[in-house]
Amino acid sequence: MNINFTLISQAIAFSVFIWFTIKYVWPPLLRAIEERQKTIADGLAAGERGRHELEIASQRSSDVLKDAKQRASEIITQAEKRATEVIEEAKKTAREEGDRIVAGAKADIEHEIFSAKEVLRQQVAELAVAGAAKILRREVDSKAHNDLLVAIREDLK
Amino acid sequence: MASDTELTPTSYIEHHLTYLTTQVREGSSFWVLHVDTLVTSIVLGVISLGFIWLVVRKATSGVPSKTQAFVELAVEFIDNEVKNTFHGNRHVFVAPAALTIFVWVLMMNAMDILPIDIMAWIMEHAFGLHNWKIVPTTDINTTFALALSIWLLMLFFNVKVKGFGGWMHELFCTPFGKNPLLWLLNLLFNFIEYVSKPLSHSLRLFGNIYAGEIIFLLLGMWAATGVSGTIFGAILGAGWAIFHILIVTLQAFIFMMLTVVYLSMAHESH
Repeated sequence: MNINFTLISQAIAFSVFIWFTIKYVWPPLLRAIEERQKTIADGLAAGERGRHELEIASQRSSDVLKDAKQRASEIITQAEKRATEVIEEAKKTAREEGDRIVAGAKADIEHEIFSAKEVLRQQVAELAVAGAAKILRREVDSKAHNDLLVAIREDLK
Repeated sequence: MASDTELTPTSYIEHHLTYLTTQVREGSSFWVLHVDTLVTSIVLGVISLGFIWLVVRKATSGVPSKTQAFVELAVEFIDNEVKNTFHGNRHVFVAPAALTIFVWVLMMNAMDILPIDIMAWIMEHAFGLHNWKIVPTTDINTTFALALSIWLLMLFFNVKVKGFGGWMHELFCTPFGKNPLLWLLNLLFNFIEYVSKPLSHSLRLFGNIYAGEIIFLLLGMWAATGVSGTIFGAILGAGWAIFHILIVTLQAFIFMMLTVVYLSMAHESH
C-alpha cells in the first residue's frame, strides 16, 4: 500500500475517459433519448387532439340529427294540418257545388212545371173553347160572341 | 502458484498481492508504476466505454435495438440519480462524469469476481507475467487518483461557481455563522471536511474491494487441506462471489453518488 506514480497515471486515464464520455458518448445518446421523448409526447398530444376532435364531431352529428328529427316532425305536422285543410276545403267546395246544382235543378223543375202548367192551361183553354164551341155551335155566332170567347180565353190563362 | 519457492500461505497471499512494477525514473520510490493496475484499468475503460460508444454512435431516436435499450437503461438510471441530486445543467459535466465513474469503477470492481488463481495462471502461462494484480480498485493509487481528481474538480467548481471570494466567504462563514469569532472554528471545520472527503471517498472503495479480495484468497487456501477442503472452499468461494456481486455494484454506485454529491455541493452556496 504505497502511493506512487500509478496515482498520477490513473488520474490522467480518468480524465481522458471523462473527456471521452463528455465528448462522444453523452451527447448523441441524450439527443436520441430527447428526440424520442419529443416524438412520444407529440404522438400523445396528437392522440389527445384526435380524441377531442372526435368528441366535437360526434357532438355536432348528434346535434344535426336532433335538428333534422325536429324539422321532420314539424314538416309532418304541417303536412297533416294542410291535408286537413285541403279536405275541409274540398268538402266545402263540394257542398257548395252540390247546393248550386240542386238549386239549378230546382229552378229547372220550377220552370218546367211553369211551362207545363202554361201549356196545360193553353190546352185546357182551347179544349174549353172548343168544347164550348161544339156545344154552342149553333147558337153561338163566333162573330157575335167573339168578345165572350176572348174573355174566357183570358180567364183561363 | 508456479513460483520457484515453496508454497506457503504467506507466499501464496504475497504472490497475489504483488504488483507488476516498473521504475519510471531512478531515485525515489514514488516513481514506481504499477503496470498491471494501469493496463488493466485502461483496457477495462476502453472496452466498457468503447462498447457504449459503439452503441451510442448508431443510436436512433426511433425504436431502439436491445443493446441500445440496455445502454439507455443504464444511462437514464444514472441521469435520474444525478438529476435528483444536482440542480445545475448536468449534461455539461456532472452526468457524463458520473456515467464514466460508474461504468469504469464497476468494471474494475467486477474483476474481483473472476477466479483469482485461474487468472494468475492465465497471466503466467499466456503472457509470461509472474505478478499481475487483476483488480485495479484494490490498488490504493487507483481509488486515490479518482478521489483526488474529483476533489480538485470540487475546488475548481467552487471557485468557478461562487468566485474565489465567494468560496472564501463560505470557508470562513459556514456552517456556524458570520460572527468573526467563529471564523477560525468555521475554517477548521471546513478544513476537516475537505480533508476527510477524498479520504473517505477513496478508502471506502479500496477497503471494500481489498477486503473482498483477501477473503477470496483466504478461501482459496482451503485447497491446501485436501480434496474435501477444496470442495468446501469452492462452495464458500461461490457464495462469497455471489454476495460480492452486490458489493461490487453497490460500491461503484456509492462512489458515483458521492462524486455527484460532492460536485453538487461545490455548485451550491450554503
